[in-house]
Formats: sequence, structure tokens, C-alpha cells
Amino acid sequence: MTRRGRLLLFLIAATVTTVLLVGAFVELPDFGTNFHPYGDRAVHAALEHRTANAVASVNFDQRALDTLVEETILFAAVLGAVVLLRQVTGERRRPPRPARVSPAIRRLGVLLLPVALLVGLYVVAHGQLTPGGGFQGGVVVATALHLLYVAADYRALERIRPLGPYEVGDVVGEAAYVVTGLAAMLGGSTFLANVLPWGTLGTLTSGGTVVVLNAAVGMEVACGVVVLLATFLDQVVEIDEESDGARPGTGESR
Amino acid sequence: MTLLPYLVAGWIFLVGLYGLVTSRNLIHAVGCLAVTQSSTYVLLLAIGYRDGGTAPVFADIPTDARVVDPVVQALTLTDVVVGATVTALLLALVIQLHKRHGTVDPDELSELKG
Repeated sequence: MTRRGRLLLFLIAATVTTVLLVGAFVELPDFGTNFHPYGDRAVHAALEHRTANAVASVNFDQRALDTLVEETILFAAVLGAVVLLRQVTGERRRPPRPARVSPAIRRLGVLLLPVALLVGLYVVAHGQLTPGGGFQGGVVVATALHLLYVAADYRALERIRPLGPYEVGDVVGEAAYVVTGLAAMLGGSTFLANVLPWGTLGTLTSGGTVVVLNAAVGMEVACGVVVLLATFLDQVVEIDEESDGARPGTGESR
Repeated sequence: MTLLPYLVAGWIFLVGLYGLVTSRNLIHAVGCLAVTQSSTYVLLLAIGYRDGGTAPVFADIPTDARVVDPVVQALTLTDVVVGATVTALLLALVIQLHKRHGTVDPDELSELKG
């Protein structure tokens, strides 16, 4: 199909879709309406379980099973990326070259790395109290480690990032979530039921299993993102085609 | 009553689709898919909004405060996570395509190779 024909087909389809969408939007509840039956019930249930962050309560208590599946999607995606981006025949791995970094960036990185790491862990640990949780905090932790790549070079990053333990961490995080659910069952309740003591609203130990599940997800996401970024970075920095040496764009990117 | 937030979601959706249809670079197409998906975030959050509502986090507000719907916010979080994983997988596929065919232009990838 020509580009013109494709565009024409898209315009027709887009017009039809627009009509259908606007028709549906008119029937939606008014924007800003006070009528939120599910929201009201979710807030009530969150407060009943002493979880200050109602969103975390929905994710890790009321819909904990859905979040298990969501975590599994992430797990499967990391696995898929590792399989897709493995070193194939005809490629060789060359050691990354040391890179020169300006002292200012180096100092900033060294300064920011522990701060960013702490912020990430804080976001995971306070998921039941303040906005955040395992998914958000896990990404912050994983990104914090990569400050070392910016501040030093790829070899420095590889020293604090042996991939094996992170792959294990990914699996352990995923397994910990399932085990928490099974433990609730062994305790005579249903899978992933919030069986731990709920504590006092607004304290670090409130929320029961929400804390545990947040930690499990935080670990899985942090390790998963590290592994995921490593597979992409390896493609750029380390893996080369055997035949014609370095292709344009595959050299060290900095 | 205002339709504008919903229309914005619809517009983002269609703009993303337009990018996908006219894309000449698969990495650009993956970006467009992410744009298309972000329309669902806007739609979900718009549906959950309550006039004058604040975030459904009761750490420092009274428990009877007027808050927006936490259910759609939780759904949006799921949406973001799934979107990020899909983007990562698709980018991995694009890298493999480029290795095998030497191009990321979808129009040049028409012929089947055994």
C-alpha cells in the first residue's frame, strides 16, 4: 500500500473512531462528579485496614492478585528482553573502554548516588503511607545505581552490578510475593489476604501485608530494571559484530 | 459539565495512532505506541477526578477529606508498568530487527526472509 493510501485509510478510520469516542464520552459520568461508588468503598476499605495511601491499599490489598499478575508481566518482559538481546553467533564481547569524565560530573555523581539510593528505598518503605511504593521506588533504586555509569564509566558500573545476583533478586522478589500469599493461606485465610496486624493509621508498620508486598515488588522491580538496562547497555557498549569490527553507532556512546 | 478532559484523552489516542501509521522508523513507532497508551492514563484519571478533591493519601489529611477515586489511580499505575515493559520488549525486538535486516524502516521490511 502506498503512503498516501495508508494515510487516507487512517483518516477514514480516525473519523469513525472520533465519532464513536465522542459518543461514548457524552455518556460518561460528568467530569469532577461526586459520584464515585467504587472510590468511596475503596477508601473505606483502605482506612479499615489502616493503610493511609489508599492507592497502595487498592494495589496491594484489595487487588493484590492483580498486582501479582502485573509483577509477573514485568518479570516475563525482563526475561524476554534478556533472551532477545543475548550475545548471538557472529558477535563478540569486548571489554568496555575506560572513559574520561569531568571531575565536576564525577563529584556530583558520587554525591548523588547515595542520596538517590536512599530516596528509592524510602519510597519503597513508605509505600503504605505516602505516594509511592514498590514499583516507583524500585525504578528509583535501579536508576540510582546507573549514576555510576554517568559519573565514572561502564567498568565501574559492572563492578557493583554483577548480573547474577540481580537476576536472583528478580526471582526472589517475585517468589516472595507468592510466598506471602501462600502464607496467608497456611494461616487459614484466603490467598493474599491481609492477615498481618494492621497497626495504627499513619505509622510505618501500618497496613499489614501491604508493607511486605511493597518490599517484594520493590526488590523485583529494582533488580528487573537493572537487568533490563544491562541487556540494552551491553548491546551498545560491549557487544560487537565479529565480521566488520565496529559498526557506526556501536562504539562507546560517550 | 465539561467534556474537555475526555476529548484530550481521545486526541492523544488519535495523535499516537497517526504517528504509528505514518512512521518511517520503528523506534519512532514504539514511541508513538507509548503516546497512544498514555491516552488511557489521561482518560482513567479524568474519570476518577472529583471537584475539589485531593490525593487519596491520608497520612496528613483527615480521614473524611474529599479525595479523588483511588481505584483508577491504581489502574493507572498498572497501566504505566505494563506500558514500560511493552516498550522495553518492543525496543529489544527493534534491535534484533536491525541486526538481521540492517534497517528500522517498516516500509523496507516488507519482504519475508527465510
